[in-house]
Amino acid sequence: MSLLDIRNLTVEFATAHGALRAVDGINLQLDEGEIVAIVGESGSGKSVAMLALMGLLPWTAKVTADCMLFDNQDLLLMSPKKRRKIIGKDISMIFQEPMTSLNPCFTVGYQIAEVLAQHFGGSHRSHQERTIELLQQVGIPAAETRLKAYPHQLSGGMCQRVMIAMMIACQPKLLIADEPTTALDVTIQAQILDLLVELQKANGMALVLITHDMAVVAETADNVLVQYAGQQVEQRPVKALFNNPRHPYTQALLDALPERSEGQLLNAIPGVVPGQLDRPQGCLFNPRCELVQEHCRQQPPSHQEGILCHYPLPLINDPAPASGETLS
Amino acid sequence: MKQPLIQARDLHKHYPIKAGFLKADQSLHALAGASFDLYPGQTLAIVGESGCGKSTLARILTLIEAPTIGQLTIDDIDAGTNINSATKKRLRQTVQMVFQDPFGSLNPRQTIGAILQEPLLINTDLNAAQRQQQVLQMMARVGLREEHYYRYPHMFSGGQRQRIAIARALVLNPKVVILDEPVSALDVSIQAQVLNLLMELQQELDLAYVFISHDLSVVQHIADQVLVMYLGKPVEHGPSNAVFAEPQHPYTQALLSATPHANTDQKQQRIKLTGELPSPLDPPTGCTFHPRCQHAMPACKTDTPDMKERHNEISTSCLMY
Repeated sequence: MSLLDIRNLTVEFATAHGALRAVDGINLQLDEGEIVAIVGESGSGKSVAMLALMGLLPWTAKVTADCMLFDNQDLLLMSPKKRRKIIGKDISMIFQEPMTSLNPCFTVGYQIAEVLAQHFGGSHRSHQERTIELLQQVGIPAAETRLKAYPHQLSGGMCQRVMIAMMIACQPKLLIADEPTTALDVTIQAQILDLLVELQKANGMALVLITHDMAVVAETADNVLVQYAGQQVEQRPVKALFNNPRHPYTQALLDALPERSEGQLLNAIPGVVPGQLDRPQGCLFNPRCELVQEHCRQQPPSHQEGILCHYPLPLINDPAPASGETLS
Repeated sequence: MKQPLIQARDLHKHYPIKAGFLKADQSLHALAGASFDLYPGQTLAIVGESGCGKSTLARILTLIEAPTIGQLTIDDIDAGTNINSATKKRLRQTVQMVFQDPFGSLNPRQTIGAILQEPLLINTDLNAAQRQQQVLQMMARVGLREEHYYRYPHMFSGGQRQRIAIARALVLNPKVVILDEPVSALDVSIQAQVLNLLMELQQELDLAYVFISHDLSVVQHIADQVLVMYLGKPVEHGPSNAVFAEPQHPYTQALLSATPHANTDQKQQRIKLTGELPSPLDPPTGCTFHPRCQHAMPACKTDTPDMKERHNEISTSCLMY
């Protein structure tokens, strides 16, 4: 039984130009202790899908799904009060900009203790002790003195550690990290990613990593979900995806990396992700696809073996697929 | 051999910090001794963590600030410590800059046409028709269409905005362009488009680029020379191929090993850099990198290494060699 089971998640926003479909039929299954990465360009609905799971979208958003099971409870059917007990405790989320997601008016000690008070109650002193423990766990030196620090007194990497401490305060079963390292330097990025994986292993957490950095995905994730313009175009185990991408978009994303380029010029993907008003007919990727056929311009494709394409790239026979790898 | 466009020798920048009423003023050494030569058609990449003095160097090269100590020659004109405003004005056409965030660097109330005309309006005596003609030419060159002339920045995507910023930098026909993390705010696919454009323009116009970045895979692709900085000091400087093949300084080695690769087969061993950049107000004694260095020796705490050529044209400042 998976920890998280989302089927056919669709999010629509009511706008002046009619409904904008930001997320279009996403499926995501996640077991305990598994790391799934969601990749895609900006505007592909990665964050919106996860915000829908957290219930953090504004009222203009219409969230529908066949099911959104977390621990065998459907989040969409339960009362908001009950849902709030789960959100922040069993499912928590780290945001992209550590500097802006912390409240500048309160000390970091206060902000972490607030989470504990909200979900567990208990005394002020017990919160303080637990907060110090958490700060040490995420590798903040001199944790006792940092309790009284305000976010502006800490560096970006330290703020992100504080965010992580806050999010693991309730020992969540599922942690969603939305571009946790984009705003950080490479050395700090490596530290934070190592920390996340370490905590994930120690607590048996499931981790959803939203990112557009393919290299980060390659080094951390077990499974990868590639999203394009709100649709899920490919979902595969990480090794299979990097060695043998099946969807032309995944292939193009990998080819665009400077380290994979041959020769001086990079293989850019022409054009941009279609917006609300310029959605093409047929396959949404067809105007930017190198392998486009007439059929792609007319008919929207359906999922074949988890790949949303009329003409998926051929499967290269891997002599010995690593054990434990299954298509989910 | 071509003449170098920029010659920098031992550039320093100190900022005075008021410590308080009755306390002596401190000075913050944001940049401590950067030297390099930049030739036309070449790209110099400056690499390092935030707070290492990359942007201070960019501010000096763009003449926003004058260095405290050191010699700087741009296009055979002295732009060092006592530069006057007339020289500055002349050199501003030679050195232009593209900023990191294309959402913050374009005025939302101006049309693209007005944004691109402004450098010409300030620096040249062209009339309105000539300015418009030049702007349209430049727009075509960076891949913008003519109808974009009357549009506003919010109507463009991140990649297109960065094209506008590049056009604005190039409209004065500069010889040097300072690129401050020009692609770090963009997606990989768009990043590739912008990098391709930059490389094409460099070949076409024989531009020299100073490329500031912390994404080493991009640097490896685009740079001819790499200058690695740590806490205001250059620690390694050499041809890009050599530095990426055989990094000499432990900090460069750590930086390279921290960069993730899109390769699932070989998990590389990361060199762990513990801790963060120390405060530049109170830098460690001896080699400033020693508290985080895995090869630190007792001598590193007391002796300051100097920049010397050690291996394969790479200069580095480390006591190990």
